[in-house]
Amino acid sequence: MVSGKGGTGKTTVAAALALALASGGRRTLLIEVEGRQGIAQLFDTPPLPYEERKIAVAPGGGEVRALAVDPEAALLEYLELFYRLGMAGRTLRRMGAIEFATTLAPGLRDVLLTGKAKECVARNRPDGRPVYDAVIVDAPPTGRIVSFLDVTTAMADLARSGPIHGQAEGVVRLLHSPLTAVHLVTLLEDLPVTETLETVDQLLAVGLPPGAVIANQVRPQWLPDRSVTAAANGRVDADRIRAGLSTAGLDLSTDVLDGLVAETVEHAVRVHGETTALARLGPPLLELPRLIDGVDLGSLYGLAEALVEQGVGVGAGVLA
Amino acid sequence: MSPAPKVTAVLDVDALIDDPGTRVLVCCGSGGVGKTTTSAALAIRAAERGRRTVVLTIDPAKRLAQALGLQALSNEPGRVEAADGGALSATDGRGELHAMMLDMRRTFDEMVQSHSPPDRAEKIISNPFYQTISSSFSGTQEYMAMEKLGQLAATGEWDLIVVDTPPSRSALDFLDAPQRMSTFLDGRMIRLLSSPARAGGKGLRKLLGAGFSLFARGVGTILGGQLLADASAFVQAFDTMFGGFRERAEATYELLRSPGTAFVVVAAPEPDALREAAYFVDRLSAEGMPLSGLVLNRTHPVLAPLSATRARDAADGLRGAPLAAAVLRLHADRVDLADREERLLARFTSAHPAVAVTRVPVVSGDITDLDGLREIGARLAAASDVTGAEAVASEQSLRPAR
Repeated sequence: MVSGKGGTGKTTVAAALALALASGGRRTLLIEVEGRQGIAQLFDTPPLPYEERKIAVAPGGGEVRALAVDPEAALLEYLELFYRLGMAGRTLRRMGAIEFATTLAPGLRDVLLTGKAKECVARNRPDGRPVYDAVIVDAPPTGRIVSFLDVTTAMADLARSGPIHGQAEGVVRLLHSPLTAVHLVTLLEDLPVTETLETVDQLLAVGLPPGAVIANQVRPQWLPDRSVTAAANGRVDADRIRAGLSTAGLDLSTDVLDGLVAETVEHAVRVHGETTALARLGPPLLELPRLIDGVDLGSLYGLAEALVEQGVGVGAGVLA
Repeated sequence: MSPAPKVTAVLDVDALIDDPGTRVLVCCGSGGVGKTTTSAALAIRAAERGRRTVVLTIDPAKRLAQALGLQALSNEPGRVEAADGGALSATDGRGELHAMMLDMRRTFDEMVQSHSPPDRAEKIISNPFYQTISSSFSGTQEYMAMEKLGQLAATGEWDLIVVDTPPSRSALDFLDAPQRMSTFLDGRMIRLLSSPARAGGKGLRKLLGAGFSLFARGVGTILGGQLLADASAFVQAFDTMFGGFRERAEATYELLRSPGTAFVVVAAPEPDALREAAYFVDRLSAEGMPLSGLVLNRTHPVLAPLSATRARDAADGLRGAPLAAAVLRLHADRVDLADREERLLARFTSAHPAVAVTRVPVVSGDITDLDGLREIGARLAAASDVTGAEAVASEQSLRPAR
C-alpha cells in the first residue's frame, strides 16, 4: 500500500516501486483505486480498463501489469456471481443504482476495492506459485488511508452475513499480516512530515503495519553543512563569494551578487528545513531525487533503479 | 532555454479585491497547492485595504488556524485581531477581517433545523443513516461549504466573502458535489431498494425484469436490512424538506454565477496542478462563471541574471573557493527550476491565453502569523512578471562591476 499527503507524488512512487519490485524477471501488479487514471498518464497509455493489463517491462525481464479498480464494477461482479442479473446489471448501472448502493455505506466502496486487491494477491498460477510476486496499491492519501484499510470498522456498517462479509474477513487477515506494508510518501517539509508521523501512529493504533517512509523530490544540498545554519539566518559572507567568483573570472555587479546571496539564503532555509524533517522521520527511510524535468516513463525507470540501489526488492527486508 | 515568454495578462489582485462589485471570491484548485493560505492572504489584504471581509476556510493547517484565531470550531465568523490584540492596520475605518472554519456537521444540522418542524428535525438528526451522510459522504463538505457561503451572503453584512474550497483531488468536485448529493437524497433510489414492488412503476419493472428484484435482494443482503431501513426512514423524513433543500442548493449555485462572484484558480507550478487548473478554467467558462485569473503559487524566480551553463562552467573551474562554487551550483539549479516552471506555465497559457496570471514566489518556511500572510498578500499583488527566463535573457546587458 502506498499512501502520502496530496501532492507528494504517491502515484509516481507507487509506479517506481512496481517497476523496482518487478526487476529481475518478476511480475508485479500496480492497482489504482481512485478512478483518476493517474497510472495511465504516468505510463503514457490509454485509460486503464477494469482489467489487468501489461503496461511496462522491468529491467532484467520482469513485467508490470496495471489495474484500475472501479468499485461499481466490482459490486456488479459480486452481484453477478451470486445473483445472475443478466442484462439488468448494465441498466441498473446506467440508472445510477449501483453508484447509489455503493454510496449508501461509505465503507462498502473501500471493502470492494481492498477485496479486489486481496483477490489479486491470492490468485495462483497452475503450478501453485502466486500470479504476482508483489501487488502495489496506489492507495488513497494519508487523510483517508486509515479508514480505507480499517476494513473491520467499515464492515460494522454492513450486514453481518452475506457474500461480501465473508470475503472481508480474509481481507482483514491479509491487511494485518506481515504480507502487507503501508508505505508513506512525503516531502521533506513540515506539514507533510507531520501528517506522515500522525499517520504512522494511527496505523499502529488499528494494528496495521507501517512500512517505509519514502522522502520524495529530495533536492541536492550544495552548501557545506557548516554554512547552512548561518546562511539560513541570513548570514552569508558576500565578500568571500565575490572573491571566489573573481578567481573564476566572474566579476559581478552588486545587484547580481545580492541576487545570488538571496538565492543562497533561500537554499539554506530549505536545506535546514529538510534536515530537521529528516531528523523527525528517522528510519526506515528511502529517498528519491527531485526530477527537474518532471516525471516521464524514462525517469520512472531511474527512480525504480534508485529504489533498487537502496535495497528495495522482493524478499529484501524493507519491503518483504 | 525556454522560448521567449509570451506576454500574458497579469492578474491585478488589488483591483480585484478593491472593486466594490466583487462580493464573493472563490479560491479553487486541486489539493496541496496552497488554497487555504492564498484565501487567508487575500482576505487580510482586502481587510487592510478597507473592506469588511470574512474568510471561510475549510481545513486550515494548525498554525494558520492559530494565526487567524481559529483554535475552536465555532461555525460562525470571529473577528481576527493583530497579535498585540489591537486592530488590523486598515487604511480606513471600515476594514475588518473575520474568519471561520467550516464545521460541516453543524452546518448540516442547522440546515435541517431551519427547514423542518422541531420534532421532525430531531427525528432526522438522530437517524444513524443521517450521521453517516453528514459526516462521511464524499460530497458533504463541498455541499456544506456552499450552504455556508449562501448563509454568509444572505446576511448582507459583508463587503467581501473569501471562500476556500475543500481539499480534493479535483477542483471540479466543488461544483459537482451539490448536484450529486441532491440526486442522492432524492428518494427515488432508496424507495426502489427498500420496496421495489411498490416504487418505480410497472414500466421500470418490466424494463428490468426479474433482474431488479434480484439486485434489490443482493444489495439488501450486502448492506443489511437495518441500514436500508434507516436510510428509508431518513429519506421519508427528509422528503418534506427536500424541496427547500434543493432550492437552496440551486440558489447558491446561482450566486456563483452572479456578477458579484469572482473565481481565482490556484495552482502550483507542477503538471498535475496545472492540468487540474485547466479543466477548471474550461468548466467555469462552460458554466458562464466569472474567472478572474490564475494564481501560480510557490514559484522560484531567478534573482540573479546569470545563465545556468555559465554558472556551472565557472563552478567547475573554481579551486579553493567551496562557498562560491556552492553558490554557483545552487543558482544553476534554480535557473533550471525557474525555466521548468515557466515552460509549464507557457503550456497552460498557450491553451488559455485570456487567463490573467499572477506568480507568487515561494516563501520559505511555514506561515505562522499574520505577517506571513501579509507577505503572501504583497507577493500576490506585486504581479511580478519578471520571470527567471527574462532575467537570464537579459544577461547580455550585464556589465562587470569594475
